[in-house]
Amino acid sequence: MTSMTYREAIRQTLRSEMNRDNDVLLLGEEIGVFEGSYKITQGLLAEFGPKRVRDTPIAEEGFTGAAVGAAMLGLRPVVEIMTINFSLLALDQIVNHAAKIYGMFGGQTSVPLVIRTPGGGGQQLGATHSQNIELYYAFVPGMKVVAPSTPADAKALLTAAIRDNDPVLFLENLALYNTRGEVPDGEIEIEIGRAAVTRPGRDLTLIGYSRTAAVAARIAEELSTSAGLDIEVIDLRSLRPLDRPTLVESVRRTGCAVVVEDDWLTYGIGAEIAATISDGAFDHLDAPVRRVAMAEVPLPYAKSLETAALPSDADLVEAIHQTLDAVAHRRLPQGPRP
Amino acid sequence: MIEIQMPRLSDTMTEGTIATWHKQVGDPVVAGEILVEIETDKAVMEFEAYESGTLSQIRVAEGDQAVIGSVIALVDDGTPGTGDQVSATAATVLAPGPPVPSLPAEPTTAAAAPTRLLASPVVRRLAREHGLDLASVPGSGPGGRIVRADVEPLLTHSAPAAPVTQPLPPVPDPTGTLEAAPGREADGPMDPRGSERVRLTSVRRLIADRLTAAARDIPHIQLTAGADAEELVGLRRTVNEHRTAQGRATLSVNDLLVRACALALREHPDINASYVGAAGPGDAPQMLRHSRINIGIALASEHGLLVPVVHDVDQKALGHISSQIREFAALATTRKLRADQMAGGTFTVSNLGMFGVETFNALINPPEGAILAVGALVRRPTVVGAEIVVRHRLNYTLSADHRIIDGAAGAAFLATLTSLVEHPWNLLA
Repeated sequence: MTSMTYREAIRQTLRSEMNRDNDVLLLGEEIGVFEGSYKITQGLLAEFGPKRVRDTPIAEEGFTGAAVGAAMLGLRPVVEIMTINFSLLALDQIVNHAAKIYGMFGGQTSVPLVIRTPGGGGQQLGATHSQNIELYYAFVPGMKVVAPSTPADAKALLTAAIRDNDPVLFLENLALYNTRGEVPDGEIEIEIGRAAVTRPGRDLTLIGYSRTAAVAARIAEELSTSAGLDIEVIDLRSLRPLDRPTLVESVRRTGCAVVVEDDWLTYGIGAEIAATISDGAFDHLDAPVRRVAMAEVPLPYAKSLETAALPSDADLVEAIHQTLDAVAHRRLPQGPRP
Repeated sequence: MIEIQMPRLSDTMTEGTIATWHKQVGDPVVAGEILVEIETDKAVMEFEAYESGTLSQIRVAEGDQAVIGSVIALVDDGTPGTGDQVSATAATVLAPGPPVPSLPAEPTTAAAAPTRLLASPVVRRLAREHGLDLASVPGSGPGGRIVRADVEPLLTHSAPAAPVTQPLPPVPDPTGTLEAAPGREADGPMDPRGSERVRLTSVRRLIADRLTAAARDIPHIQLTAGADAEELVGLRRTVNEHRTAQGRATLSVNDLLVRACALALREHPDINASYVGAAGPGDAPQMLRHSRINIGIALASEHGLLVPVVHDVDQKALGHISSQIREFAALATTRKLRADQMAGGTFTVSNLGMFGVETFNALINPPEGAILAVGALVRRPTVVGAEIVVRHRLNYTLSADHRIIDGAAGAAFLATLTSLVEHPWNLLA
């Protein structure tokens, strides 16, 4: 085990995969000479040279399309899109090409492409640069979307994504880059499509992904200490494929759930989670599934308004308490439950 | 108490529809008596009682469906047993209608209270499992909803009425095949088409399934040919004059064509074949060449398309073929065709000539390899030698499974068929 940041975990994984497989190459804006807008690719141009670490023009559709073509011909390109907001410019390449080529051409060629891109608001970057639109890609059959919340998961899922033969959108988060955690040494890989129960509990199932999974884990710990609550936390880790059995099995035990997401509420990731739980755990639900999400506005620039629009710790704690009140949590006997 | 279960009456049957109850609740039933008529995917069959007793309950009403093995009625023979409880299999009844005994708790309390009782899903499940009457339980949740905490103190004293060890249902995968919820009524009074929702009969559902499979899975090649049928018409007139004089039933043009198809199939055995694909993954795909020539006759009945099969047509005389088809037609109108009378076909003839249709394309009746669509006899100006004369003509279209039958093979079959129609005395040989 080594303690490192989320940023270092991604950089080291890119480096070790490039050393392992000569077909792995990086493309993106400012990733070479400038070493990345968020310094993920620091040192990689010097180590691997301009053929494998390519600075591209500011043209997301162009370089994403080039990477799709490279992937079709056998390379394993890892594209950095500076933030997920700019992926909108490459939407056609991702949705209509990367995700569909394998199926539309009868499996003649797969597209082993990774698109690394951070989401996350709260950095005062304004409405167009602060969105969480991973949903757009998780919606599309043919894509895989992973969203690690810890340095260890970032390493394991990026390894799996690079080795996967299908296009994978690897969602990072601006607020996570400097978070620190223990990362296993040597090769680790997580099967894409498996959620993790990061904290077992009996009172309520709390579900998040990426930044909100880290928030969920922290809040659960705090409420355990302050209020004696025993909250189960699930980190989705993969938005597509979605690990429905883990969600359903948890709620069949706890009887209630809260989802915390960084996107907008309406049609958001949480809606799919709530529907999944309603389908699979209906006869075990003691209260409706609650969602905590961003206010339905273009994210304001002013710090006070931005903070007010983002889901806060207080919002989440309130939703947890409301749900536990609805199931009369304090009066539940403490033994095993039916 | 004896449970009467929906029997398996044909190989492809998955559920049956109750056509007619011959006994009513309270009637004595003697072993061997007809209890009920059941409509399967192929026919209506009578179902006899195996044991004697009194019919004490009908679980599936006339017109409703039930899957194989589910309980459709109870016969009281004096022995105690399942009758007083709700049988687990009774829940597999597909359609609403039968007076299924109400489950404990929910319906009774809901009926008693003028407004809907508020209880969370888990509470409703626990009440069901423990036989708990929720009407007397005060709810402490939002809006008075009864939540688990309200019922748990009541449960610790009473063991579950039914074992709760049943395995949980699998986690649903909504991204998989979309199945319509049974009994869902989507068309409300707002339907601008003024539609009435009609449930498909078993026969109609089988037709839908088979023809969907045929259209989806079989690459059809269609070849149309025509024949001068003047000689055929003349031959039929002469033969029928003699048959009428002898008091025998007349032959139809279709009878002659069925016989012609059999003789043509004998010359072209590659048409009398079925594609079967690979037996398992990795196995080589296969086809079957049939040594017998069994021709299905597509019959329109008010209950839907039925295809009885005349076996060994190439070895039967015209009169024999004709009488068998006539017999099948009579059985089809009364829905008495048995499943075995509609099995084993290797080729089908479909004739819409009586409606004036001149040419059409038929869908292959799987697993057969080909079908002939026969049009109407029409009088047409025809060039004979150097003159134009009016003569009968007949068109027909062969639909063949192109995976195993090439266009040239189909065309050769049609050439033989045309030759037989134009020189029809060969049909008598």
